[in-house]
Amino acid sequence: MIDRRVFLRSSALAMVGAGTAPLWLTRALAAAGERSARQKILVAIFQRGAADGLNVVVPHAERAYYALRPTIAIPRPSTLADKRGESAIDLDGFFGLHPALAPLKPLFDRQHLAIVDAVGSPDPTRSHFDAQDYMESGTPGLKSTDSGWMNRALGKPVGKPSPVRAVALGPTLPRTLRGGQTAVSMQSIGAFQVRDPRAAMEFQQMYQASKDPVMQATARETFEAMAMLQAIQQQPYTPAAGADYPRAPLGESLKQIAQLIKSDVGMEMAFADIGNWDHHVQEVGQTASEGRLADLLRTFGQSLSAFWTDMGDRMQDIAVVTMSEFGRTAHENGDRGTDHGHANCMFVMGGDVKGGKVYGKWPGLEREQLYEGRDLALTTDFRDVLGELVSRHTGNRSLQGVFPGYAPKFLGLV
Amino acid sequence: MRRKAFGGLGVVLIVAAYADTAGFSKQISMEDRILHALNRLTFGARPGDAAQVKAVGLKKWIDLQLHPERIPENATLLEKLKPFDSLTMSGEELVRNYPAPQIVRQMAAGQIPFPTDPDRRLLIRKLVKRAETKQGDGAAPADAPTPQALAAILTPQEIRSLRTGTPQERLAALEAMPHDKQDDVIGALPQQMRQALFVAAPPDLRRRIELTAGPAQVVARDLQESKILRAVYSNRQLDEVLADFWFNHFNVFMDKGADRYLTTEYERDAIRPHVLGKFRDLLEATAKSPAMLFYLDNWQSVGPNAPQLPRGGPNAQRRGLNENYGRELLELHTLGVDGGYTQKDVTEVARCFTGWSIDRPQLGGTFRFAPRLHDNGEKAVLGVTIPAGGGEKDGEKVLDIVAHHPATARFISKKLAQRFVADDPPVALVERMARTFLKTDGDIRAVMETMLESKEFWSEGAYRSKMKSPLEVVVSAVRSSNANVDFATALVNQVAQLGEPLYRKQEPTGYSNSSREWMNTAGLMARMNFALQLSGNKVPGVKVDTPAGGADTALGSPEFQKH
Repeated sequence: MIDRRVFLRSSALAMVGAGTAPLWLTRALAAAGERSARQKILVAIFQRGAADGLNVVVPHAERAYYALRPTIAIPRPSTLADKRGESAIDLDGFFGLHPALAPLKPLFDRQHLAIVDAVGSPDPTRSHFDAQDYMESGTPGLKSTDSGWMNRALGKPVGKPSPVRAVALGPTLPRTLRGGQTAVSMQSIGAFQVRDPRAAMEFQQMYQASKDPVMQATARETFEAMAMLQAIQQQPYTPAAGADYPRAPLGESLKQIAQLIKSDVGMEMAFADIGNWDHHVQEVGQTASEGRLADLLRTFGQSLSAFWTDMGDRMQDIAVVTMSEFGRTAHENGDRGTDHGHANCMFVMGGDVKGGKVYGKWPGLEREQLYEGRDLALTTDFRDVLGELVSRHTGNRSLQGVFPGYAPKFLGLV
Repeated sequence: MRRKAFGGLGVVLIVAAYADTAGFSKQISMEDRILHALNRLTFGARPGDAAQVKAVGLKKWIDLQLHPERIPENATLLEKLKPFDSLTMSGEELVRNYPAPQIVRQMAAGQIPFPTDPDRRLLIRKLVKRAETKQGDGAAPADAPTPQALAAILTPQEIRSLRTGTPQERLAALEAMPHDKQDDVIGALPQQMRQALFVAAPPDLRRRIELTAGPAQVVARDLQESKILRAVYSNRQLDEVLADFWFNHFNVFMDKGADRYLTTEYERDAIRPHVLGKFRDLLEATAKSPAMLFYLDNWQSVGPNAPQLPRGGPNAQRRGLNENYGRELLELHTLGVDGGYTQKDVTEVARCFTGWSIDRPQLGGTFRFAPRLHDNGEKAVLGVTIPAGGGEKDGEKVLDIVAHHPATARFISKKLAQRFVADDPPVALVERMARTFLKTDGDIRAVMETMLESKEFWSEGAYRSKMKSPLEVVVSAVRSSNANVDFATALVNQVAQLGEPLYRKQEPTGYSNSSREWMNTAGLMARMNFALQLSGNKVPGVKVDTPAGGADTALGSPEFQKH
């Protein structure tokens, strides 16, 4: 609490020095004492390319799983020391984690990590582009939706909102954060500045005068966010002890998000993505811990685990949710890979998450149980998971506006 | 019934209202027409371009751009492209002349012959020697230089002369050394010191620095740099814009394995010759290219009823059908996602293309039809029966079906209109272009002509309505300030930082043709900073004569972001 107030005061002073102490900051400064009444934060991670959920959360007690994947199945959990790194990590006697996700097992055991299986978008498309679009807009089957579910979930701000209330890490603003509420994209906190103050002023005036309303609004968001970040971009960020972010884009993104959270700049939602999950070939190498999927999962698991360690007690107010546009075929394709499928799995991590459990109804993998005879069937709509987080974690009760035409059924995740 | 009719009317009203506000029926002035043509058919106007178009006559200028072979190429460009010898090589030649570390090892072991060019041969022998000594040390990995390596060949004073001073002074220190020692020194230089020399070096030394540092990276860099140089300098501007459009439409990802060596010939031989030709030819050129076959995995797809693998062995597995190419062919290359195909069609198309493979892809391979991988059974694609026993012809039959499909005509026309006219192009225009497509057997030049003769193209709805892509904004800034590009590596990096790494879009969708994609805070911030850097002559390799419009902020202004 004291840290926060000290921080705000010093950054406010820094800006007064530069002649730009915006109103919201003065207000935030005044309210610093009472308002830290627990801002809830939602972090969404998109695994682009359709991750193979069946090899991520492995149904190791399912006979058909091994029949469908003679060369790329993840072996059943083993008690032998030399096999442990090459086989599934048991979760509940039926499901197990891919061995490269070992860093996540302690989170599951401490009930901070929940898994939802056989979940996804009900739309039948197997197009990456369409499926990502639907999952980001939150309206499967409806292409005309012009905003994303995260942006709608932000809701109308009370008073002047923080310019960085919603942040995406990366060079472009993802579909899911586009819409009526302020949302910014940034490559990194440090790079988010115009290096010459005189030119910055000129640019600001030029864009204020622009007749293109979208350009003008985007520029306004840019300059407001820049002013907000000025104070924190000077200081190098040191993660908490033991928070070892991998040197990969997702690790970097989560580290930036962690810094924004710890700086108390009013961020409510954050988005990051990790690509390269489209494993048509060489998904699994000679052993389960080798191959493209294992490499990617190592980064994925280590990034999440580092973020969790870094956040410490703050995790109480944070929920992290992961998603991927669809799953992959239940059977392997013969190139040690899989083709485009249907249902998948999602991870939900946070202090108020009722973790340590795999949620969702398992549909089975026998031929007649498969969707269109080839893919894991869907028993949970991804909007059930997101809807519950939006409603019960972030406290936005008007889900009708977030997922129009759909009434999410809560699983009891939080 | 009544409800339905009402709904229909509603749609009509919305479309009409939309068309009106978007201004596609209101024409722009003659003066603006020239600017508009330069905005959309080139990578941005240079000083004097508008006057030149006026002198030639707009109609004639457009006609010339539609026939690039009639335009003499810019001698400056040809001169600047000369050092990039990788651009003219086949995949196989690239692998041997710009070998990756594992190929160098194979050459050392005598499994692959050295290149024939004596200089190149010498260079690679040195690489082999370097790899061997380093392995002998058991220290760093074979291709990472170490401080010890430098200390072994230079005195402390010589090292200091390469580490301190202006780039020109460091360059002089290197050039003072004997020629054959220079290569050893370059090879042992740490990244930062090498970069400082690179910036000051003349073209031939720059080339030697790149080659010595890592020949495999040169292939990618040549391709990226030449793309920027062509966009900046080519007189055949529309040809360049279309090469960018069609490569992006038939996207491949350069960093996927063998595609590192296959992308150069892909753009040169599969894309460029057809950008204004027949769509069917373009489609087949991409379908048979090793780059695409590798990128979308078709080269290893095996039909369920195929005779299967030639070789056995304990690890031999039966491979299977891979749907990746079949799906993207329908969704992204031809019909479009709403083009009316089913999952069954995807699987059948994939069966047709089994056997379309690559001979030795890791050595820069060539197209090969492999009968043993082909599923020779009967197939049905989009309602057309393809009889059993067609072999290689099955795939060609599929290309015939989809290339002449009305959904393809519409999909391609819409995409062109989205790139050249407006993010949401008017439906009526797309329909007219699609009719031309079907009438002319998919003649791309004819479709472009229909578009360029339309009132919609010359309308207020189109004029300056699009946000420039990162490539467009970087190149147009260079062109409008009449800058000289000595080398383009920094510009390549700029385009990547703005969100469009060249030849590195991993997804088969390519980059969005809708310019809305590029309107966001991170992008605006980076564009402003680039403008300041360029105007302040702080972009390595690029020299601006007189800042356009005087102010250093001009190239970062809201007006300059649009075209």
